[in-house]
Amino acid sequence: MNFTLLNMQRTIPIIVCFIFGFFMLVQFFVPHRASVSAYQTVLDWMQIIFVFTLLVGVFSYIKINSKKITQTQSGWGYNLIGLAGLVVMVVLGFWKGIGEKTPFLWMFNTMQAPMQSTMFSLLAFFVASAAYRGFRARSWEAGLLLLVAVIVMLGRVPLGSFISHWIPDSANWILRTPSMAAKRGLYIGIGLGTISTSLRIILGIERTYLGKK
Amino acid sequence: MTKLRFVIFLLPFSIFLFYVSIVHTQNSVNLKAIDTPNDKGESITLTVEGLSEDSTIGEYEIWRSTENDENFQLVAKVSSKQTNFVDTDVNDGIKYLYLLKYKKGNEVLVSPVVGPVISRGQWFHTQRTNVLGGALVLFSFILGFVWYAKKGKNLYIRPIAGLQAIDDAIGRATEMGKPILYSSGLGKMDRVATMASMNILSSVAEKTAEYNTPLIFPNYDPVVMTTAQEVVKEACSRAGHPDAYHPDNIFFVTQSQFGYAAAVDGIMTRQLPATNLFLGTFEAEALILAETGNSIGALQIAGTDSTIQLSFFIVACDYTLIGEELFVASGYLTQDKQVLGSIKGQDWLKAIIVLLILIGGILGILGFNYFITFFNVG
Repeated sequence: MNFTLLNMQRTIPIIVCFIFGFFMLVQFFVPHRASVSAYQTVLDWMQIIFVFTLLVGVFSYIKINSKKITQTQSGWGYNLIGLAGLVVMVVLGFWKGIGEKTPFLWMFNTMQAPMQSTMFSLLAFFVASAAYRGFRARSWEAGLLLLVAVIVMLGRVPLGSFISHWIPDSANWILRTPSMAAKRGLYIGIGLGTISTSLRIILGIERTYLGKK
Repeated sequence: MTKLRFVIFLLPFSIFLFYVSIVHTQNSVNLKAIDTPNDKGESITLTVEGLSEDSTIGEYEIWRSTENDENFQLVAKVSSKQTNFVDTDVNDGIKYLYLLKYKKGNEVLVSPVVGPVISRGQWFHTQRTNVLGGALVLFSFILGFVWYAKKGKNLYIRPIAGLQAIDDAIGRATEMGKPILYSSGLGKMDRVATMASMNILSSVAEKTAEYNTPLIFPNYDPVVMTTAQEVVKEACSRAGHPDAYHPDNIFFVTQSQFGYAAAVDGIMTRQLPATNLFLGTFEAEALILAETGNSIGALQIAGTDSTIQLSFFIVACDYTLIGEELFVASGYLTQDKQVLGSIKGQDWLKAIIVLLILIGGILGILGFNYFITFFNVG
């Protein structure tokens, strides 16, 4: 009994994966309404399943945070704030709705959105620190990178055109020619890797995502 | 009598002018109606030639009837500059007739009736034949090499520094007695990069279980979380240490991009992991995570399918898996013959693509563009 169950646990996901993977592959070549409709149905089902999986996420969030709070683990105050935020937003959403001039939207606009913007703004400082490290001319390659970066950065601001039209022209050439060539090389590699991995998964050669080797 | 003579004199001339005007109408306006190619059905494409050049014609009307119905119905009024019109208000399997009406001066002219045309959905997209051919070649190569590898042949894969460093990174964390932080970014399970990340996670989890090193994995997506829990659980069992699996270390954080970045940053600064592994799909949060990891002195290995974020990872991390290196990691780490075979097939295809690009470049320079247009996808 257990043996059969184990086999089913391994085989059924592989069969489901093969059927849907093969269907997705075939539908790309079939423009007929039947194919388009079936494809749309699969996408709709993905959305429906996604909504239910969020419940799994919320359950995990409540479980982990509650555990840390009850055990007063280090940083439990953060967990308490996180959990309180979840409860308050859910209660406000159900109580007063999520439309205009509701406490839910007020909380979102005045607390969550500014916090997200703050995190995003940090990127400016991180770009500066990363650029400083990346452009240190420790070798001739790093020196070349620094030179190219200076040309591209100057070519993107009015100061570059003010100094000489060669700077924006050179920046555009760098972006259009050597940079684009390198990018396309990466795209080809990523594309082939994606197809190869997909094929391995569809055919059941790669099963690590199921937890099995 | 004089009037009669005048009419008799003008009659042949009038007949000639009438004939010329009819011939002109029939010959100058060319209406074609075809079933729209490569579509799902319920669509007929009309092509009008000979009206757009005439500046005196403002618009034309498209009239339609079914084969058994003599009454034509107005379908649309179209600017004369527009030479194509797609009629999507039709049903499949019915025979339709079309004609055009347009005004030239004060005269209303009518084109000949075209049809019958039947709309049908197509079962094969003919403009994607080249993609099908390419896919078949690609599949043949990959499956051919998988078969070759299954026969027990040895396949050489070049050393990849980022993957070789994973062992050192795990060893470092073990020696320092600190955890390893793993993140697959914002990707969901439908992303191949996330699948590749799960494959790497399996090998990493097997080693961390052997050394009893904590593995922390904050998740952006609940499905990825569930998958990761299953992968790590199996890896721990495989390593002979099922007790090393701690489901609480693989948890859901949030579906907010910067909320996720804030949470992972917080975990990094509080728990000070010795090693950070960022493998999967990353967006703007990539640099925020990598720079925070750098500031706490963690050894960092990153890999993503996002070319924009790669540059940030290269600057901020110790090792970066570039391009397809993320997808080959599974075969490289497990040395699974079949996976290695598919990687070898992929490498050969890359060589063929390089050759095709070179041929296309040379032929393009010489002015033979057919080779390049052959690769257009509809």
